[in-house]
Amino acid sequence: MTVRIVVLAKQVPDPETPPSQFKVDESTNRVIPPSGVPPVVNGFDLNAVEAALKLRDAGTDVEITLLSVGTEFVLDAMKKPQAMGADRLVLVDEPGLDRLDSAGTVTVLAAAIEKDGPFDLILGGRQASDWDQAHVTLGLAEVLRLPLVSLVQKLEISGDLVQLQRVIPDGYQVVTAPIPSVLTISNEIGEPRYPNLRGIMQASRKQPEVFSIADIGLSMDDLAPKIELKRLYVPESNRQVELIEGDDEADAGRRLALRLREEKLI
Amino acid sequence: MTTVIVVAERDEKGEIVQSTRQAVTAASNLPDAQISVVITGDAPGSATSLPVGRVVTIAPIESTDNGIYDQATADLAALVSADSPDVVMFSKSDFGSVVGARLAFRIGAAFAPDCVEISGDASDAGTIGVTRPVYGGSALAEFEIASSPAIVTLRAGAFEPNTDTGAPVVESFDTDGLERKPVEVSESVAESREGVRLEDADFVVSGGRGLGGPEPFSVLADLAEVLGGAVGASRAACDAGWIDHSHQVGLTGKSVSPDVYIAVGISGASQHMAGCSSSRAIVAINKDGDSNIFKEARFGVVGDWEKVLPSFLATVRELKA
Repeated sequence: MTVRIVVLAKQVPDPETPPSQFKVDESTNRVIPPSGVPPVVNGFDLNAVEAALKLRDAGTDVEITLLSVGTEFVLDAMKKPQAMGADRLVLVDEPGLDRLDSAGTVTVLAAAIEKDGPFDLILGGRQASDWDQAHVTLGLAEVLRLPLVSLVQKLEISGDLVQLQRVIPDGYQVVTAPIPSVLTISNEIGEPRYPNLRGIMQASRKQPEVFSIADIGLSMDDLAPKIELKRLYVPESNRQVELIEGDDEADAGRRLALRLREEKLI
Repeated sequence: MTTVIVVAERDEKGEIVQSTRQAVTAASNLPDAQISVVITGDAPGSATSLPVGRVVTIAPIESTDNGIYDQATADLAALVSADSPDVVMFSKSDFGSVVGARLAFRIGAAFAPDCVEISGDASDAGTIGVTRPVYGGSALAEFEIASSPAIVTLRAGAFEPNTDTGAPVVESFDTDGLERKPVEVSESVAESREGVRLEDADFVVSGGRGLGGPEPFSVLADLAEVLGGAVGASRAACDAGWIDHSHQVGLTGKSVSPDVYIAVGISGASQHMAGCSSSRAIVAINKDGDSNIFKEARFGVVGDWEKVLPSFLATVRELKA
């Protein structure tokens, strides 16, 4: 039996963009894409791809589908999971889908999963590096009425159950969940593997399957925001650093400690 | 009038945690706030002296939940549906992040995580404004939530804890019994760890690419030990293999909010700052005076850490002696 896994993935601005290049257009409340820095697949979502690939490594017959909602996809970026070893790329692509609130995103993902499913496991990353919502996958579990386990660091399929380790502050829990379930994958799963040349070649030949929102039975009216963005801006740094100087660098170190004591910080 | 439910959390001893007292402060700032604190577990404990109107206890989660918060989500959904508050506040803890999101989507409410500001409208209690950092702290986003209830989580340290006392009415809320438990937790495994937990530490001493290798982390560990703190690291230092990834602070690592965050040889990329920007004071030691860390720091020394740190450590030792 093939275990069908869908991994939720998001295209985000490269979080390694230097702060000096990060700019916002305050008239539209949008980030101005830095020139010459292409977007990437959210790094946390690659952890979820890695989790699915680890199941395959362990001998489970898996089919891995990447699902993403947005517009103006950069295919070179979105194909990275396929180059790592994922089988399919499904895009719900339509202007405006990059501006949904999380409730709208969950509605689209749920409809797409209904259309393209059924799936045995739905995997998401821990959070997105742009809007850091960290709750789309959790909300999806509620909307699909499926069991949820967050922050999974290890998983193994046994029959119609999935055995999991869930990260907790001082260790982990051993958890058994049914199939189907929704899981968020923690970065403790391990570094996402680098695509090899063969993977990159194979990914380049595969075409994504593209849906419009009408294809999945929705209209923009179904996606009205519950939470409205009023303003997006880069905060002025009003923090003025107090630079401690001394006769030499060693003296500066000594004075720094004394200054921190003066401020009752140590 | 703004009606607010603050969902409290407790520490191992049963005491109300600081982040819940911070949420009480945030709630008190809303126009004409009527605050109820909801506490899980059978005894309200120290919640009975919080400066709020009402304390509600719900089913003893510790003994009935499965660790994935299925029971807490179900109980709170029942309470919030019965109570119809304008705002439900959680701390941005593991519990608050998971239960807040699940609750919002279960009852079809708006959810705003990781807020650093929250405001109300005196003429329209149903409209709530929130501010939250996005893009790893590079930008701030202000939102308006017009539908009730607004469910929010608050960033640790964004509000001062409320230390006032009061005499709230204490009630209990009976839920319909136990949630079906599709997910079973069979055991919890504690992983051994030395010293203070990074996320809990009052002092964090972090090292980055500028340290040049793994050896200097032993100096950082000495400083952390003297201060009673923990050692952190930038992603660059972890990726280079100088220190284990469990020490990584930043967007892809841990979030810390110590009293003092000492950044040694760290340039301060937004990735990293996302994990430490809520520290009370950031202290930077870096030989590049133009690096971003000095824009975020309160105190700094522009200099070679190899020369600055030993005398800093020695002086801290003397002060602590």
